[in-house]
Amino acid sequence: MDPTRRDALKRIGKAGLVLGTAGAIAKLGYDPGGFGVAGPSARPQTRDFRLREGAGEAPDMAIAKTGTATDLTRRAVDALGGMKRFISRGDVVVVKPNIGWDRTAVHAANTNPEVVAEVVRMAYDAGAKTVVVTDASCNEPNRCFQRSGIWKHAYEAGAEVVIPAEHRFRNMRLNGEVLSDWPVYTALVNCDKIINVPIAKHHNLSKYTAAMKNWYGSLGGRRNRLHQNIDVSIADLATFIQPTLTVVDAYRVLMRNGPQGGNVADTKQLQTVIASTDQVAVDAYGCQLIGRKREEVPYIQMAHDRGLGTQHWESLRRVDA
Amino acid sequence: MNRALAFLKGKLGSTRKRPGSGLPARPVIRGLVWARRGAQLAFFALFMFLLFETAFRGSFAATDERVRLPLPVEGFLLADPFVAAMTVLATGSVYRGLAWSVGVLALTLVFGRVFCGWICPFGTLHHFFGWIFPSRYGKGNKRVESNKTRPRQRVKYYLMFAFLAASVTGSAIGGLFDPICVAVRAIGLGVVPAAQYVTGTASAEVGAVGGRNVQAATDTAQDFLATTVWQSKQFYFHQTWFIVVLLVAILFMNRIIPRFWCRVLCPLGAFLGIFARFSLFGMEKDHAKCTDCNLCLVHCQGADSPQGGVKHRQDECHMCLNCESACPEDVIKFKFLPGREGTTAVPDLGRRTTIASAAAGAVAIPATRITDVLDTNYHPKVIRPPGAVEEREFLERCIRCAECMKVCPNNALHPAWFEAGVEGLWTPILIPRIGYCEHSCVLCGDVCPTGAIQKITEEQKMGVDQKPISVGTAFYDLGRCLPWSMGVPCIVCEEFCPTSPKAIWVEEVDVPKRASEAPEDGSEPPMESVHVQRPHVDPSLCIGCGACEKVCPVQDQPAVYVTNVGETRSKTNVILLENTNYNQL
Repeated sequence: MDPTRRDALKRIGKAGLVLGTAGAIAKLGYDPGGFGVAGPSARPQTRDFRLREGAGEAPDMAIAKTGTATDLTRRAVDALGGMKRFISRGDVVVVKPNIGWDRTAVHAANTNPEVVAEVVRMAYDAGAKTVVVTDASCNEPNRCFQRSGIWKHAYEAGAEVVIPAEHRFRNMRLNGEVLSDWPVYTALVNCDKIINVPIAKHHNLSKYTAAMKNWYGSLGGRRNRLHQNIDVSIADLATFIQPTLTVVDAYRVLMRNGPQGGNVADTKQLQTVIASTDQVAVDAYGCQLIGRKREEVPYIQMAHDRGLGTQHWESLRRVDA
Repeated sequence: MNRALAFLKGKLGSTRKRPGSGLPARPVIRGLVWARRGAQLAFFALFMFLLFETAFRGSFAATDERVRLPLPVEGFLLADPFVAAMTVLATGSVYRGLAWSVGVLALTLVFGRVFCGWICPFGTLHHFFGWIFPSRYGKGNKRVESNKTRPRQRVKYYLMFAFLAASVTGSAIGGLFDPICVAVRAIGLGVVPAAQYVTGTASAEVGAVGGRNVQAATDTAQDFLATTVWQSKQFYFHQTWFIVVLLVAILFMNRIIPRFWCRVLCPLGAFLGIFARFSLFGMEKDHAKCTDCNLCLVHCQGADSPQGGVKHRQDECHMCLNCESACPEDVIKFKFLPGREGTTAVPDLGRRTTIASAAAGAVAIPATRITDVLDTNYHPKVIRPPGAVEEREFLERCIRCAECMKVCPNNALHPAWFEAGVEGLWTPILIPRIGYCEHSCVLCGDVCPTGAIQKITEEQKMGVDQKPISVGTAFYDLGRCLPWSMGVPCIVCEEFCPTSPKAIWVEEVDVPKRASEAPEDGSEPPMESVHVQRPHVDPSLCIGCGACEKVCPVQDQPAVYVTNVGETRSKTNVILLENTNYNQL
């Protein structure tokens, strides 16, 4: 039986609707192909956490020698004017140690846990709302956090210890010379103040590392490529993050076989902690600890030339603590 | 909605009027049926919990530098008598915790195959899918037919004998079919990572669309899952799709034949079936009172002939007690020392087929070794975990349970495909490009239930005052290495090399390099000199952990890679003279 006119119209209408929808999708979603043109050059998403304070009388660098790790840390920060100078009431503070390697404290590959704990305690005493301790490790993170002793010490000091997980990394524009778009560890940069707590140690490729190199731990992705131009990438990272305060742990220092060491014989107890507002100066000063000159460490010169700080640490207001 | 409710009510049987004489089941039986359901749920939950805990997540409280798991996460495997039997037949000894399997054996000798009906997590999974998959086969008379005892149920016995014989002649290949091994492997290496991938993708999508608060919420949810169910990074397993496809297929079979796996394939069920003949507790039925209503068959799990007119098959019965609970007459009774008039306790097996299948299993292993997998042309990428015993003994012990792969914190251990031959399917291999062996970690041996990977200490592995355990040796592909062939500084491999002194050492050289840009005048680009450090491997120090291979920035095919030569466990697979043993092949 032939369909009724009404039925025929309905069927034709349905077919037309499907065809129309397909056509609309083809029109709206049309892709001309070819490689895309470069997007607008976006502003770099740099993070500057430095204090906004006028030229005062407060010292820029404090060097504490001889004592326990806890004691040295407190003396160095106190000599700069105390943690209250850097932390305001209610701040969310990130403390960024080096927790890169599955090594214990005696191997001096990670920041001394007691130094980390003391910085956490001082930040809380100064009125911080939350203190987060974290790092994007090289070895398996849980193992690094646990065996370095930093997890336990920081937790006992009341810190929120965050284990790096994949979902915490998001792409950011670094717009550096060699670092453009990279996955950045968001737990590190989403805060009010950031205190860099590196360990001073030998590094086979870049000779000496402490403060500026520690920002490797803010990146995710395949950061093994950075070694091809390690000095420029360190300078790029130091441009990307400028901390409120740097506390360099040189209590026990890895003199050889850096950065991960593994042999206690490669370490030397120097019983030193250096605190500074200038991350370039602190590296320029620190490299002498393992017998290097600042001229031998190219990234220090680069950071100096970029105006991130001064390599002439002698020109700063210094105090011995 | 109403339909769904009615369906659930029907399933739970709360509104169903008892047919026939309508005699209610004994209260103790009704209670025990619910106790069985509770036990199944509890043991399945325990299994999943232990599987989730088969991972190192670290702890803020740990003061001890030695990292071990606090729970016996391999517990279900230790209690598995089939695993114990294979290991005993292969090695002549009961490895450590496998002694626990005597407990399950004792349970079977008293209560029959309660393990299958009450405890086995894989059995519970099949019970659940057989219940939830109503199909055109699954109703009324079709269901009765599908639950009758069938000759195909003998297959599991033949498989079991074949596997036990294979253990005697050299390979614990029966682990491919052991239900606990299947469950750990398929859920641990397939279902859990897949769920993580789906969750991660979904939460990234939601986080990208929503604002800061939504992002914070998805991050918190992800953190929670990462610290309870899976790990903080996505794990990927080599060729794991096949493991999952088999799981899906075997679960789907429940739609056609309920509990197909348990009735037809499970070698552990068959092993327990052999011992169920001695059980003191069992079923007694009074055929005279039976009205042939077949309600017992509708609910039967083991297809063990609970109905009237035929003998009950004690070796097939899962002790679920559904038949007595369903019986509206006073026919079926479970009790201690039941009368044996209506029961067959011994498996119904053909003697010739039994002998033939055992013989086939015994011959299969030596026969497959004529391919080039073991004595000759041993695959260089079969890198076994640290602490693994020599390859022949390894194959005798490894039950392919995947505990080591699940626990490996770096996602370094993977189920082999055919790299280690047919008999090496799903045995663990290290794939450094996906994850390297963490220097101080000994967790794979810690969870291995059979000693294929021995329980080593950190000192033994890292070589504190002794020779360290090596699983292979690293080699450079100079044409791909940046400092060697491109005049570009790198040595990430040297940085990650964990031994002390480092097995990778560098040679400082100034090398010529052509500039990349030509001068304006069209002449050749000028030559420059660059300073690079060229890496070398010291084979006497290399432990084959693969950290160098993992971190090599040459993304697709790394410039440094590990093969198994120089592994400590072998006296023949060596490079250096001082390690060679001329008494062997």
